Amino acid sequence: MKLDNIYKEEKKSTFAKLSEIIITMASRPSGLIGLSILVFHIILAFISPYIAPHDFKAIDPTLMLQAPSAEYWFGTDDLGRDVFTRTILGGRTALTITFFGSLIALLWGGLLGIFCGLVGGKIDDVVMRIVDAFLSIPWILAMLLIVSLLGTSTEVLIPALGFFYGKGIVRVARAATHDVIAKDFIVSARARGHSNFSIIWNEIIPNVRDAILVEGAMRWSWMLLGFSSLSFLGFGVSPPTPDWGLMISNARGLMSFAYWAVIAPIVGLSSLIIGINLTADAFAKALGIDRSTKAPV
Amino acid sequence: MTDIIQKVKNLSIGFRSKKGEEILILKNISTNIKKGETVGIVGESGSGKSTLALAMMGYVKHGLYTIEGECQFNSSNLLKMKSKDLEKIRGRKIAMIPQNAGQALTPNLKIGYQIDEALQLHSDLNEKEREKKISELLNKVRLPSPETIALRYPHELSGGQQQRVAVAMALAGTPDLLLLDEPTTGLDVTTQAHVLELLNFIAKDTGTSMVYVSHDLGAIAQVSDRIIVMYSGEIVLEGPSRDILKRPIHPYTHGLLKSIPKLSLAGLPESMPGSQPQPGTIQSGCSFFDRCNFSDENCKNNSPKLEFLKDLNTSVRCFNYEKLVNESQASQTVNKIKNKSQDQEILNLSEVSISYAKQKLLDQIFNRISDDNPTVKDININIKKGETIALVGESGSGKSTILKSIAGLLRTKDGLIRFDENRNLSSDLKERDPNDLRIIQLIFQNPDESLNPNHTVEEIIAQPLKLYFGLKGEELKKNIIDLLQKVRLGEFYTSRYPRQLSGGEKQRVAVARAFAAKPDIILCDEVTSALDVSVQAAVLNLLQQLKEDFGTTYIFVSHDLAVVRAISDRVAVLYQGRLCEVGPSNDVYKFPSHPYTEVLLGAVLEPDPDIKPKLVAEDIVEERPPEKGCSFQGRCSRIVGDICKKEIPPWQLTDSGNAIRCHIPIKELQKEQF
Repeated sequence: MKLDNIYKEEKKSTFAKLSEIIITMASRPSGLIGLSILVFHIILAFISPYIAPHDFKAIDPTLMLQAPSAEYWFGTDDLGRDVFTRTILGGRTALTITFFGSLIALLWGGLLGIFCGLVGGKIDDVVMRIVDAFLSIPWILAMLLIVSLLGTSTEVLIPALGFFYGKGIVRVARAATHDVIAKDFIVSARARGHSNFSIIWNEIIPNVRDAILVEGAMRWSWMLLGFSSLSFLGFGVSPPTPDWGLMISNARGLMSFAYWAVIAPIVGLSSLIIGINLTADAFAKALGIDRSTKAPV
Repeated sequence: MTDIIQKVKNLSIGFRSKKGEEILILKNISTNIKKGETVGIVGESGSGKSTLALAMMGYVKHGLYTIEGECQFNSSNLLKMKSKDLEKIRGRKIAMIPQNAGQALTPNLKIGYQIDEALQLHSDLNEKEREKKISELLNKVRLPSPETIALRYPHELSGGQQQRVAVAMALAGTPDLLLLDEPTTGLDVTTQAHVLELLNFIAKDTGTSMVYVSHDLGAIAQVSDRIIVMYSGEIVLEGPSRDILKRPIHPYTHGLLKSIPKLSLAGLPESMPGSQPQPGTIQSGCSFFDRCNFSDENCKNNSPKLEFLKDLNTSVRCFNYEKLVNESQASQTVNKIKNKSQDQEILNLSEVSISYAKQKLLDQIFNRISDDNPTVKDININIKKGETIALVGESGSGKSTILKSIAGLLRTKDGLIRFDENRNLSSDLKERDPNDLRIIQLIFQNPDESLNPNHTVEEIIAQPLKLYFGLKGEELKKNIIDLLQKVRLGEFYTSRYPRQLSGGEKQRVAVARAFAAKPDIILCDEVTSALDVSVQAAVLNLLQQLKEDFGTTYIFVSHDLAVVRAISDRVAVLYQGRLCEVGPSNDVYKFPSHPYTEVLLGAVLEPDPDIKPKLVAEDIVEERPPEKGCSFQGRCSRIVGDICKKEIPPWQLTDSGNAIRCHIPIKELQKEQF
């Protein structure tokens, strides 16, 4: 039984699998950079209220539009507020809302996509045409409508964003399901008489999970950009809560002589988006690599 | 020695593992290909045969690299050549014919255009000459009316025709050496025989050397002058084809030939235990050691060298070949199967027809199927308890379709499926109750697809146990281990994933899963055709053993007549979804038989250079069954007149109880076929 040692691979706990994936992700430079940026932003979001050097809403006309200095590292804005304080606090709302928004998008988009892929036929046709119809509506217009009717509270923003960003996931989940649906193990489960729910849970989800999770991670960064656009238009976070989109919107008129007030939130927003994208990319590769190299040759 | 055109010298190809070890795929291979010679390279999957063939073209797969040695063609080493120089050789001097021509041809270019491309690259002919050459080439590969074929797209041709086009393209550059990588593996039996005959003709006609790579000793026997047997990256036996097939002096080849089911012998062939070692596992000793019946201590510790035996003109890598020199291959032992079928009927199909036609809106609304000429029609079969019945036919004969309907996966148009003499089974899954679903289980062709890659063996086998018997905890675990032992797998397999198992092991898990439901009937859909020959025999033996233990009934679908001969009690031959012949397997394999059965039997390739396939009918592929008359009228060589085209032939009984559906009286059939 020499072969045994090669084949030995004990069933691992979810935690062990997860940590292995993270290690694989961090083993390539792009993944490491992405992960560090993302982790930095998440930590910052947690600790920023305690480390902020100034009050984010303290208005002081005497300090208007000061250039960066030892006291105000990133300068001050047109109301004399500290840009550094506002920048490190500015990602908190966006991160929270888009994180939960992505979860909702993943959940409904993924499940609906898998279901449509499995049942096929007329139900699939009708549902997919409805999804297509929603895809053809410019989301930002629809969001503006929702927000102006229902307000900009978190309870409105999270499900609304989750809904609009889940439409794309439906397509991905359906396509991934189509890849496995014709395989004989599904046919075999059907022939045994398993229920649709059992087939989805036992046979399909383990095989499409990776594709959907990666898509969800990508959607997160798009949603972040989308949310910031809403704030930029004045429909996201309401002042005086610090938010990157809002800060960019406020400071853009003064860009020619007070560039610091606009550059700091831009760097914050774009670095977070790059971080998420790189992480999602590395995540996809880690899952793919897991499949191909773990199998004995 | 100017007649050697390809010289492989001490070639080792391998890859580096993650830990930095060198793992060899090919180990120190040396061989010569002579001018005008056809060399067959045979071996199981993973033996390195394709890697060797590709290296002969100067190509090493991505991820692999040449560790040492060379492939000399016209005294230059192909493996060190620049890609610009290689381009001049590939196609012009060495051409390759791929396994799946359907995938190798560009789908959106016409056949003529694709051949013309090859001609432009590899010859200096002008447009007029090329035009002439295209029809010449298509004529040479015996395609009917070359002018119209040249204007068609690949999807408009049948598999056999596509393969012929691939041969024509390879010949476009008038190469000195043709490499064929499993060129007939995906084809139907009759088509395969025709393509091999064509290759033989081309080898003689053009004097091209050929290297024929295949796992199928039957095909190799028909084409090659010399055979190289590979095992685990090494040449274990090399010599004249007749000697190797008649008197294999290496234990591996010996066992391989024994494990192939033969048409002339009923019963299951002996199987070879174990499987080929994974690359990089064997450190010392002979790589075939643990599967060998002739091994001793010496084999365990020392690896044998390839030894050239002058009197036999053969090279062999074995210490104990002398034990085999005097033993002839004819002493094949088979485990005769006992027909244990009882008189009680277990499944009855009466007047079953199945249609794939797209239904009109009105029919859709009323949820009915209307089709005057359904894909499968008038199937009447009585299956007895404990019997193994085989459905045989080429692809498109409707054999898998019938299986799907029995399993409840495909709605029938008409007819009844009756279980146990009194219970009607619906062909719609939703209308069957759980017990109806339990009594019929399926085993699929390809275990890679039929086992969920993200489930462990335990989870896979647990599915039916949980579903039908509601087992949990300890009891579930105990049952799983029981089942694993029944299919000869140990307890330690429970935590493995399918990707960690070999093909044979995967198929055993699939068998265990089917038996977990304690079914009365198991539907086997080409269960051995994705497996290596030595593994195939083992799986067949296992199925037979389980059947004897449990009294299960098998419905066995296969295109391989020799396998069917080995395992089945009764055979039903299908053509275009219509039954042609039904009878006990001993009688179906004897004449007189239906003209279609005759064609199938004639096309079987035996690993014996003396038994040539008989090509009775054309290998045309019919899209749809004929509307009227006999289903086989389009290809039959014994057509008796208008009656075949107008009337459905009657069932006739032979003396031995074999039913044949033909207009020709049995006595005349007998006269003509003898």
